[in-house]
Amino acid sequence: MLAPLLAVLLTAPRPVTLWHSYRAQEAEALQALADAFNRSQSRYALTLLAIPYDAMAAKVSAAIPRGHGPDLFIFAHERLGGWAEAGLLAPAASLPDVFLPGMAEALAWRGRQLGLPLAFKTLALFYNRALVASPPRTTDELLALAPALSDPAAGRFALAYQSGDFYYHVPWLLGFGGAIFDPAGRPELDTPGAVASLRFVARLARRGFIPQEASSALVTQLFAQGKAALAVNGPWFVGELPPAGLPWAVAPLPIVSATGQPARPFLTVEALFRSARAPDPEGARAAADFLVSDASALARARTARQLVANRAAYEDPEVASDPVLTAFRAAARDAVPMSSSPAMELLWEPAQTALRAALRGDDPAAALAAGERQLRALSLPPPPKAAPWASLAVVLLAGVAIVLGWHRSGRVPERGSAVAYAFVLPAAVATVALVLLPILFSVGLSAFHHRPDGGYDFVGLGNFVDILASRGYAPAEPLSFYFTLGVTLLWTAVNVALHVTLGVALALLLRAPWLRLSGVFRVLLIVPWAVPNYITALIWKGMFHRQFGAVNGLLRALGLPSVAWFSHFATSFAADVCTNVWLGFPFMMVVTLGVLSAIPRELYDAAALDGASPFQRFRHVTLPLLRPALLPAVVLGGVWTFNMFNVIWLVSGGEPGGETDILISQAYRWAFARQARYGYAAAYSVILFLILAAYALFAQRLMAGREARA
Amino acid sequence: MTRRTSWPVLVLGHAAIVIATAATLYPVLWVVKMALSPGQSFDASPSPWPRVVSLQNFADLWAPGSAMGLWRQLGNSLVVALATAAVGLASSATAAFAFSRLRFAGRQASLTFFLATQMFPGTMMAIPLYILLDDLGLLDTLTGLVLVYSTTAVPFCVFSLKGYLDTIPRELDEAARIDGASSWAVFTRVVLPLARPALAVTALFAFLSAWNEYILAATFLGDARTFTLPVALQQYVGEYHTEWGHFAAGAIVVSIPVMLLFFALQKQLVSGLTAGGVKG
Repeated sequence: MLAPLLAVLLTAPRPVTLWHSYRAQEAEALQALADAFNRSQSRYALTLLAIPYDAMAAKVSAAIPRGHGPDLFIFAHERLGGWAEAGLLAPAASLPDVFLPGMAEALAWRGRQLGLPLAFKTLALFYNRALVASPPRTTDELLALAPALSDPAAGRFALAYQSGDFYYHVPWLLGFGGAIFDPAGRPELDTPGAVASLRFVARLARRGFIPQEASSALVTQLFAQGKAALAVNGPWFVGELPPAGLPWAVAPLPIVSATGQPARPFLTVEALFRSARAPDPEGARAAADFLVSDASALARARTARQLVANRAAYEDPEVASDPVLTAFRAAARDAVPMSSSPAMELLWEPAQTALRAALRGDDPAAALAAGERQLRALSLPPPPKAAPWASLAVVLLAGVAIVLGWHRSGRVPERGSAVAYAFVLPAAVATVALVLLPILFSVGLSAFHHRPDGGYDFVGLGNFVDILASRGYAPAEPLSFYFTLGVTLLWTAVNVALHVTLGVALALLLRAPWLRLSGVFRVLLIVPWAVPNYITALIWKGMFHRQFGAVNGLLRALGLPSVAWFSHFATSFAADVCTNVWLGFPFMMVVTLGVLSAIPRELYDAAALDGASPFQRFRHVTLPLLRPALLPAVVLGGVWTFNMFNVIWLVSGGEPGGETDILISQAYRWAFARQARYGYAAAYSVILFLILAAYALFAQRLMAGREARA
Repeated sequence: MTRRTSWPVLVLGHAAIVIATAATLYPVLWVVKMALSPGQSFDASPSPWPRVVSLQNFADLWAPGSAMGLWRQLGNSLVVALATAAVGLASSATAAFAFSRLRFAGRQASLTFFLATQMFPGTMMAIPLYILLDDLGLLDTLTGLVLVYSTTAVPFCVFSLKGYLDTIPRELDEAARIDGASSWAVFTRVVLPLARPALAVTALFAFLSAWNEYILAATFLGDARTFTLPVALQQYVGEYHTEWGHFAAGAIVVSIPVMLLFFALQKQLVSGLTAGGVKG
């Protein structure tokens, strides 16, 4: 009786899972290959799972060590170093000699082949054949061509690309002889080549040859509408261009005339990684070999127009006759594989700061010097290892002091009943288990330094000392803890004040007896609350665009000069505040409406009989009743604003140069964008928490006072 | 009170509300415009009206094989958000009652504790929560997600409900107690019925916090059949390229249930948020 069951179990295909972030045609091509693999054999069943790109890296890092990861996953090679050091990746069993030069090499780490190349991405020059007969072969030709093609006032540019994104600047940086790492392998910024490259792009910006603050959407729009003759972009750009009516073609990037070197973009290899914890290595290997084979690569190139990593695919007549694929294949010869070392991550932020400063018109050399300094500050050495006992003693002493202080503050403990505890128990248990435990975990983490190789060193209070002593920056400089704290407090105060003012004003207006259609207005005014803020924040960013945003459009219509919103602290901060006020005022408005509806009409009638003017009625009847009722909402609003990550991240992104970052976005950067300094980020969070807890205690007293009076 | 309002006040008042409403709706109209424009680009022209109207982006959301193709994700989101509202409300209502009506040692301290937990940056909690859910065997399950969402919503719910309960006159429960009612009876028969608007609003908040979240959901769920709507929506945002049309259309689909809820709960929304209220 068991035998048939056993037979089924033995012959049922064993599952192999693959995580990817592909979309559209690339996803379809991958699915077709997975189906083909499953048909080709019966031992394994390959299933695909699409994960949002945004969540992929964190998910892989969390899942694999706990044994819940996929057997295979697809990601760009740039994270290889960190994952390899953390032991997440299994070495490839064999490396067939079928790949383009440089592809497999980019996936080697300390002599081991830790992934197989599927495809690559790099940058090339798109040009509009109706505007330029032949693409510029050198930067001198580009500069000669540009004046006739540019008219910034009319929104026309010779060249459109995301000039403020370091990834798009790398071709110029390397073409001008700049470097990313010094000979010792440390990241470096301030080189003569880098200065020359910044001078070059600053000139393009100053002369109006390129659009300012170019986002990927703007580049697409300008090129697709024929308002940019040239565009530097990657293979994904093809899918964004209109399917017909635009005569475009692709060429290699120009040669930098000053050095005679080609502009060298980064090469990103999309790799198939095998998890070190895959339960069935045989199946994962079989699926991987199938997916990177020449036949699969050809299928991907043909159906999804993917830039596959296999040499043979480009000899296929259909692929060889595709001008885009062949142009990018040629562009890849000059491309330099992006470093997969964790140190690369550190370079990104300061490089971007320097680049944007130069594009705004700052002196390139000074901008780079500042960037170099930021780089040194970010790569600050870990705090010294500490003996656990000394730190423990400090923490214990602090704890005793707090308890004593609490005890002596003269509170009389309330007498309670078992019933009361029973009522609180469910909420308390849940909160302790799922909120307090993770917090305590982070508190514990704050006493460690997370090494790039994945290990942890105990550093006691070292992280806190580093933050509070503001290592790397003078306290009054942007990017220091104290500056960020000041910005955060200002941010919270300004936002809450505006939320309350606007909310109360609109609520009063909506309650005015003479207002027509107040029900309609009330519903319309709470719409911002209903739409997810991760999309509306992006819309607001677009509205503050220097050249094409609606806000500057309005200013120009009123005869006022446009503002470069994200170039200065004050205006960038104002843009963030605007967005957040828009998001937050409906809450205060609704709360106020509730309070107003609870005020008995007779109070107003009595005041009116006494001859009080409308203002006096507001001042002496409404306000005194409003104030205590709004307090809890204000307290909560303060907390939410203090931790409002999305607006800062999506609107100003800390521009200019991290000045508009608040504490929570800094903590995020330390954890996820600066070599995974989890301990440091946790210490940041703990400090943030302590500040807010003090605020909560204060607010609690304020409200308890009201309770006692009432 | 039948005093006539002078016409400048009328005109200025109406002008102010119209301008405020227009400014409020402008960014939202943009989302609608991107959703209704064919294609996936982000049109930067200031006009909030689409040049060509097409429902293609919405149709694509339901197309077989698309990231949001399945009603299932909408269903998952509804289940998760409703369960979060129910669990969050049930556990916080009793606690709020105790904080408002009963006296016990550590009352102030634990109230502060509830408020304080609201303040730890959520982005830092993903990894510890992952480990915790794994140990509980709830990874990859909607139950685990509901557990996380409802507990993170509890502090806010407790805080907001307690504020409302404080406004319900104590004389009512004292009268019931004289009639011999237990704490539980006072809670279920006297206080809860009077707190209905606040319960509705608190539930709405818990619902919203679960409805829009995607980072934790994407981290904890490892099976496309359990994905929630925002996780599917986020797949339109790629490394190099965002499908703006699909993203905007998806955002509208995500917003519609919320708007319907707002509309249905209008009355409660206004009276239930009073949090602290006014003692007339």
